[in-house]
Amino acid sequence: MTLDELEVGEKAFITAVNGEGALRRHLLGMGCIPKTQVELHKVAPMKDPIEIRLRGYLLTLRVEDAKKIEVERI
Amino acid sequence: MMNFALIGNQNCGKTTLFNQLTGSNQHVGNFPGVTVDSKEGIMIGHEDCTIIDLPGIYSLSPYTNEEIVTRDYLMNQQVDCIINIVDATNIERNLYLTLQLIELQIPMVLAINMMDEMKANGGTIKINDFSKRIGVECIPISAFKNQGISDLINAAIQTARERRKPLRLDFCSGAVHRCIHGISTMIEDHALALHMAPRFAATKLIEGDSILEKQLKLTENEIDLIEHSVTEMERECDLDREAAIADMRYQFIERVCKDNVVRAHESREYIRSVKIDTILTGKYLALPSFALIMALVFYLSFGPLGSFLSDEFALLIEKIIAFISELLLDYGLNTVVFSLVVDGIFAGISSVLSFMPVILVLFFFLSILEDSGYMARVAFIMDKPLRKLGLSGKSFVPMLIGFGCSVPAIMSTRTLSSNRDRIMTILLTPFMSCTAKVPIYAVFTLAFFPKHAAQVMILLYATGILVGIFVAFLLKSTVYKGDPIPFVMEMPNYRLPSAKSVVLLMWEKAKDFLTKAFTVIFLASIVIWFLQSFDLKLNLVADSADSILALLGHGLSFIFAPLGFSDWRAATALITGFTAKEAVISTLAVLMHTTIAQLPAALNILFTPISAYSFLLFTLLYSPCVAAIAAAKREMGIKNTLVMIFFQCSIAWVVAFLFYHLASFIILWL
Repeated sequence: MTLDELEVGEKAFITAVNGEGALRRHLLGMGCIPKTQVELHKVAPMKDPIEIRLRGYLLTLRVEDAKKIEVERI
Repeated sequence: MMNFALIGNQNCGKTTLFNQLTGSNQHVGNFPGVTVDSKEGIMIGHEDCTIIDLPGIYSLSPYTNEEIVTRDYLMNQQVDCIINIVDATNIERNLYLTLQLIELQIPMVLAINMMDEMKANGGTIKINDFSKRIGVECIPISAFKNQGISDLINAAIQTARERRKPLRLDFCSGAVHRCIHGISTMIEDHALALHMAPRFAATKLIEGDSILEKQLKLTENEIDLIEHSVTEMERECDLDREAAIADMRYQFIERVCKDNVVRAHESREYIRSVKIDTILTGKYLALPSFALIMALVFYLSFGPLGSFLSDEFALLIEKIIAFISELLLDYGLNTVVFSLVVDGIFAGISSVLSFMPVILVLFFFLSILEDSGYMARVAFIMDKPLRKLGLSGKSFVPMLIGFGCSVPAIMSTRTLSSNRDRIMTILLTPFMSCTAKVPIYAVFTLAFFPKHAAQVMILLYATGILVGIFVAFLLKSTVYKGDPIPFVMEMPNYRLPSAKSVVLLMWEKAKDFLTKAFTVIFLASIVIWFLQSFDLKLNLVADSADSILALLGHGLSFIFAPLGFSDWRAATALITGFTAKEAVISTLAVLMHTTIAQLPAALNILFTPISAYSFLLFTLLYSPCVAAIAAAKREMGIKNTLVMIFFQCSIAWVVAFLFYHLASFIILWL
């Protein structure tokens, strides 16, 4: 499954970060790397973007980009 | 002379620290060719130490302007010591940049900020062991409370004097380590020729940094060898090159933090932020609270507070001008020069200066919203609708400011990280009707639609927004194809803005505004005065109806005839409106030989209700004023700005033309 499919409050481990170029490198740099634990923290009022919690901070990203992050529910 | 560079992530208190390190002794620096904000200053108590505040970045990869600028600066300028600031409460992610800086092998100290907050929430860092593990001297500070700053300054100066480079270089073992080591040895000569640390070059090459690959001038054979070595590493650790390096850094960080950092429990600041956000970014309350906050900011800026300050300031300017005029009269200055100084320069500059208090108040509130972390929330809730226009949530803020004044709006596009988004936002901002146009609307509605004043105003604002949306679609599907910038953004905790930062920012804006008033607007006022006071034979005219300006108005009136207002006075007013929108009304009053108060009654000679509305539509949409044009030119260059002016005038003409003929047609049938 991918990151956007989590319910609010659900936790998961990242298994793969797909995509390419600047966006992917940025995601990796922000700490979205395999084996990292994430939690879906919030969904914006218009359902997009979403806010996730990882490594003790909050990160927002679009649903479109969250689809590139594969996760495994805990 | 020693040169320090301040580097860190966004939202880690970098600007606050910079203000503490330099006081008010700072100025905006300039990177040629790119619009990236940076500041330079002199370190407090150390006249021989300059410090540059580099843009907030998360990594040294070559993908954004900010990252490229920082990288080039560190490699090409003589930096004696890097001051890397990290947020203690979010240390893992902050250290990601630190590890890359270490690879550069430039003397460096680490300022661990927000230690007070971390300790208050039960966390701590074993500073000595931590320093040893990463090989860089660490100084705990609180930038907001001004704690630990002198220790930091001493450590930085000491480190720079002794040229103490970071001691540790190896963050890893195994396949990645072998790969880095091998490549590092192979390219050593190439890297050193560029005065670049081989280690840094090697990791960047493994990450697939094409800019660096070109800079290093590698032979084909070497590139092949590197690729081979990278493929082997990828196979061995079952991760691709980019992920492998990121993984290596984070693994090292996790190990160091596990041994030396006692994590804070869920911090008060975090819990408070989450609570505030149940309302401010909540499902149902986000949009209403956003509307309320913005309404309040605009009400305070343009309503009682702003207009009070503005009136007082205008009175003050008037007094000063009256005083100087008297002096000049007593002195017996030549009447033409007197007219130039008083009617031209003073009148022009004072009409613009009277806006300064309003703009400063607006910026005061906006900087509080920005520093507190609310603007990040606005981008979060508005990203989806704006993406339909080909923009990202971050473009919303400048456009909002545009309803106040296009000048600060255009200046605030600096925060957008892609050129495409920045230019598109600047092109759209002038369609948000600015407050300088309000007097025009007021006079015209009073003259022609006294019973429907509010509706007419709302209709005008709505038209501006709709045309803006239409233009956005047009731009998106023609010139600016492609995607809006990715929206991967840290959501910072809400924080109390630091008074020092807010005051410094306002001071900076005021300086900016004054510079503009005394350069561009100064020149524009002289030109308009000249055109208004002389005829073609350069004789002084008694009545401006005989002036060059009137002649221009006559000449251009054919353009406006199809829009329903062929009188030269309307055309002339639009020309002067180019310097500042308020001038439209004052010019009309002068040309009609009446006062602004009596103007509505006089306008019936020039317009019918339909042509009056057509005129309003034209003023709503046509070229922004000189000040806005100057701001736009600085942000996106002369060519784009000229295109913008032409483009907007054309749109204004077409819209007014369509309206005039459709409305006349409908009236005829009714």
